[in-house]
Amino acid sequence: MITAAKSSGQPGTDTHTADYDVESIRRDFPILRQTINDHPLVYLDNAATTQKPQAVIDALRHYYETSNANIHRGVHELSVRATEDYEKARIKAQRFIGADRREEIIFTRGTTEGINLVAQAYARPILKSGDEILITAMEHHSNIVPWQLLCEQTGAVLRVAPINDRGELLLDEYEKLIGPRTKVVAVVHISNALGTVNPIEEMIAMAHRRGAVVVIDGAQAAPHLPVDVRALDCDFYALSSHKLYGPTGIGVLYGKKELLESMSPYQGGGDMIKSVTFEKTIYNDLPFRFEAGTPNIAGSIAFGAALDYVSRLGFEKIDAYEAELLTYATAALSEIPEVRLIGTAAKKVSVLSFVVDGVHAHDVGTILDQLGIAVRTGHHCAQPVMEHFGLSATARASIGLYNTKAEIDALVAGVRKVVEVFG
Amino acid sequence: MTDLRELYQELILDHNKRPRNRRKLESANRRCDGYNPLCGDRVTIFVKVNDDVVEDVSFEGSGCAISTASASLMTESVKGKSLTEAKAVFERFHDMVTSEESTGPPDSSLGKLQVFSGVVRYPARVKCATLAWHTLNAALASNIETVSTE
Repeated sequence: MITAAKSSGQPGTDTHTADYDVESIRRDFPILRQTINDHPLVYLDNAATTQKPQAVIDALRHYYETSNANIHRGVHELSVRATEDYEKARIKAQRFIGADRREEIIFTRGTTEGINLVAQAYARPILKSGDEILITAMEHHSNIVPWQLLCEQTGAVLRVAPINDRGELLLDEYEKLIGPRTKVVAVVHISNALGTVNPIEEMIAMAHRRGAVVVIDGAQAAPHLPVDVRALDCDFYALSSHKLYGPTGIGVLYGKKELLESMSPYQGGGDMIKSVTFEKTIYNDLPFRFEAGTPNIAGSIAFGAALDYVSRLGFEKIDAYEAELLTYATAALSEIPEVRLIGTAAKKVSVLSFVVDGVHAHDVGTILDQLGIAVRTGHHCAQPVMEHFGLSATARASIGLYNTKAEIDALVAGVRKVVEVFG
Repeated sequence: MTDLRELYQELILDHNKRPRNRRKLESANRRCDGYNPLCGDRVTIFVKVNDDVVEDVSFEGSGCAISTASASLMTESVKGKSLTEAKAVFERFHDMVTSEESTGPPDSSLGKLQVFSGVVRYPARVKCATLAWHTLNAALASNIETVSTE
C-alpha cells in the first residue's frame, strides 16, 4: 500500500490541511444542514455509511429525469444514453482503483456481494475437502460468513490469523498460517471496528509466495486512502459505493482478468449471456458475465459522480485532514479517565471505538443522540473482534471528509455528559 | 437534556448500578435465556414456581442501563405474584413501552415500573426494556422444569 503509512493517524501537517475548506465541503452535503433533538447534527457514523454530496443526489435525479432506460439492449436513444453513462461509471471505478482493464470491474450490490461472488464463483469449484481459507481475527461478518458457508459446502477449513491487544494483525502468525493447502486468503484492508490499517501489500506478497489467491475487503479503505490494485497485486478487491459518498446498493468487485475469465458465472439471467438455447447457453464476455439481470444503473452512475467528487478533493488532502481530526479526537477522548479506546494500532484511520467505564455502549449512543451526535453502538458486525477484547459492544465514532474539530469537541462534551449522568 | 432525564430516571440509574436479584437461583424450576442479537445483550431468568405462584425470581447477565434496570425491577415486581398476575403485569408493561398512542399518565397499577414510561419515545430502546420480560414470559410458559443445580 503506497500511501497506507502516510494516512496512519500521524498528526497532519498544516501544509496539507491549510487549503482544505471543510465549511465549503459541508455545504455540498444537504443532509448535514439539520438539527437532531434541537442540536446541530454531528454525523460521526461514517464507517456505517457516508452522507451524499449534492452532486451524487443530482446524478440520481438527472438519470431518472433524462436517461432512464434499460442498458445493453435497446437501440433507442435513451437506452444508448443509459448504457453509455453506466459504462462511463465503470471506467471511473477502474481508474479510481488503478485497474488495468474495464473488464476487471464488476458492478455488485456492495462489498458483501463481491466477497460472496468470489467465494461461490471462484473458490467453490476449486476447493477440496481439507483445503484451507485464511482470514484474520478482525474481519467484518461479511468476510467471515461467506467463507463459513463455503467450508460447509466443500469441507474446506477456515483458519484465523490472530491480532494483538492494540488491534494489529500478528504478521508472523499470519505468515505461518499460510500453508500448502491454503487456497484463499481473505483479509480486510482497514478494520471497521478498530480502524487498523493492515499491511496488505506485504500480506498479499506472503500469500502469493505460497500460491494462495488473495481477496481484499476494501469497504473501509476505499473512502480513506488511494487504492491501487496493480501496485497491491491483489487478486480480488471488493468495495461499496455507500461508504464512499455514493448511493447504497452498488459496489465494485475488482478481479484480475485471467481469474475472472476462468470462473463460472455467479448468477444466471439476462445480460450475462451471449446466446441461450435449451441445449446450450453461451456466457457473455467480462464483465457482463457476472452482472446478471438489470443492474443498479442509476446507482452506478451516481457512484461515478461520488468518485468524481472524492477525486476532485484528492486523497492527499482528505487523508491529511482526517488524520489530523483523528489525532485531535484521540487525544481529547483519552483525557477522559472513564474512557478506554479500543483499537490503538500504530496505523489506523477514521475510527474511534471506545467504551465508557460502567456504561453500556447503547446508553452512550442514546445520550449522544439526544445531543444530535450520531455514532454507532454495538458489535459493528464484528463479534469476534468484540470477543477478543472481552466486550459485547463499543461505541464507535468514525470520521468522514466533512467532519470538523468543532464536531469532535461536541462528541467529547457528549461523552463527558455520559460520564456525568452515570457517575 | 430534560428528555434524557425522562429516560434515565434516578430509579433506573440506581437499579443499573445496584441490580436487585442478580444471581443464579439454585432452587429455580424454570429458566430461560434471552438474547438481543441487535446489541448482543444476554439475560438468563431463573424462576421458582410453586403452586402457580412465582415464589422467587432472579436474573443473570449484563446489558445496557435500561435492560439491566428493567430485569432488576421486574424481579421485584413479579415476586410473590401468581402466574396469571405476572402475565398481566407483563402485558401492561409491554403496552406502556410500546403504545405511542397512549397520551394519558402511565398505568399507575404498574407502580415502580412506571419509570420506564419514557422508553416509548425511544423506539431503538424498546427491546432493551422488554428483553427480560419476554424471557420471563417464555420461562413461565415452558412446562419443562430446567434442572440447574450444579
